Amino acid sequence: MSLLRGESVFFDNLPEVRLPFTPEALASLKAGQLISLSGTLYTGRDQTHRRLCALLDEGKDLPVDLAGQLLYYVGPSPPRPGRVIGAAGPTTSYRMDSYTPRLLALGLAATMGKGARSAEVRQAMLAHGAVYLAAIGGAGAFLSQCVKKSELVAFGDAGPEALYRFEVENFPAVVINDLDGRDYYALVAAANKKGEG
Amino acid sequence: MREIDSNEIRKGVRDLTIAAAHDLEPDILEALRGARDRETGELAGNILDLLLVNAEIASRERIPVCQDTGTGILFLELGQEVHIRGDLNDALQEGVRLGYEEGYLRKSVCDPLTRKNTGTNTPAVVHLEMVPGDRLVIRFLPKGCGSENMSSLVMLPPAAGTEGVVQHVIDRVVAAGSNPCPPMIVGVGLGGSFEKAALLAKKALLRPVGVRSDRADVAALEERLLREINARGQGVHGFGGINTALAVHMETFPCHIASLPVAINIQCHAHRHKEIIL
Ligand code: SF4
Repeated sequence: MSLLRGESVFFDNLPEVRLPFTPEALASLKAGQLISLSGTLYTGRDQTHRRLCALLDEGKDLPVDLAGQLLYYVGPSPPRPGRVIGAAGPTTSYRMDSYTPRLLALGLAATMGKGARSAEVRQAMLAHGAVYLAAIGGAGAFLSQCVKKSELVAFGDAGPEALYRFEVENFPAVVINDLDGRDYYALVAAANKKGEG
Repeated sequence: MREIDSNEIRKGVRDLTIAAAHDLEPDILEALRGARDRETGELAGNILDLLLVNAEIASRERIPVCQDTGTGILFLELGQEVHIRGDLNDALQEGVRLGYEEGYLRKSVCDPLTRKNTGTNTPAVVHLEMVPGDRLVIRFLPKGCGSENMSSLVMLPPAAGTEGVVQHVIDRVVAAGSNPCPPMIVGVGLGGSFEKAALLAKKALLRPVGVRSDRADVAALEERLLREINARGQGVHGFGGINTALAVHMETFPCHIASLPVAINIQCHAHRHKEIIL
């Protein structure tokens, strides 16, 4: 399956993965792999995280059951009339680090953004059997075309920071942290160190 | 004395904001193509291809290159023989507001304490410089925060010298990792005062990508920094390879005998910039 729809063949033959993940699919992901995602995911960034954790603090239910789901850190630009969504690439993940372990404890299966995660998040991912993916930062126009449906779920007043449900098709992502505890950014750094050696 | 109507400025700024978000300039596209040609890593090469395709889609389909359409930063060079009819600052802010609204750009500006979004992507940051002549040059640089957040300013002791500067820049770039969407452009402001160094680092980003400083020793330092940064092997998006940075641009200004300010302003591959001359 080519992700570039005839414009190019560089992305041919990527492993296709359905969302939400089956436990088998989740376990098959390997750090460093480029994959193609299709199915349902949820979105949220700074404000959504702040509000989800505030609800948890108050002992209230979350607006959506995140168990088994993928949470994508994105604040899209507004759609032009007749379009599903505007640009929709990832935002930097470390800003969500302080909230993420709580959501992983609720069964969140995967998160997706860009950039490395904290040691606490990596530990929580291992403890709860979750993975972390990197979407392609700065490819917002391309990724916009991979989003086939977008539906507001909660926190609409937060604008681009609201919680949406997306239907995506052939959405490319790189596996950074897999279930075996491997971290692709760390593997690259270690390989570079060796090269210097 | 030449008259420029503030309405013309408002309209010009509106158009700049929309064009900047959708149409990358030849300098950054050339730099990305060059990186693609040099790249040896498979994953990094795929990503660079994707970024070039992304730029095409953005321009053709009128979808922003990146959803973070930034805080608006305006650099003005105002000829001292120009008289502006109407309110210049209003015209600039209104131009930004209109562009972000009518161009379907993301509004990302909020109060620093309450975090409440201003809803208009204003106020934009304005830097005004008076120059000889009767023209008004407006440069627009929307700045995303994945890269802006990786920037820094430090007052080094003069004894740190050139080696101290080099070490500090490399340390910051390495610490930024994949957060600022590499391949990046590293703007360095050296000297001046606390605020001058920061402004120089940002101004360095306005130079066409890869053009060296016209001061030979600074140009040599830019080249050395670029070489050493890319030798670290972080690469495109932190996925390894030789393309961590596309360019290092350094601007200098004399400073106090007791001081060595160093500012680093990091820019991502979505290097959006536009200018008009009125
Ligand atoms: S760092 Fe630049 S390319 Fe990356 S998400 Fe931010 S604005 Fe976009």
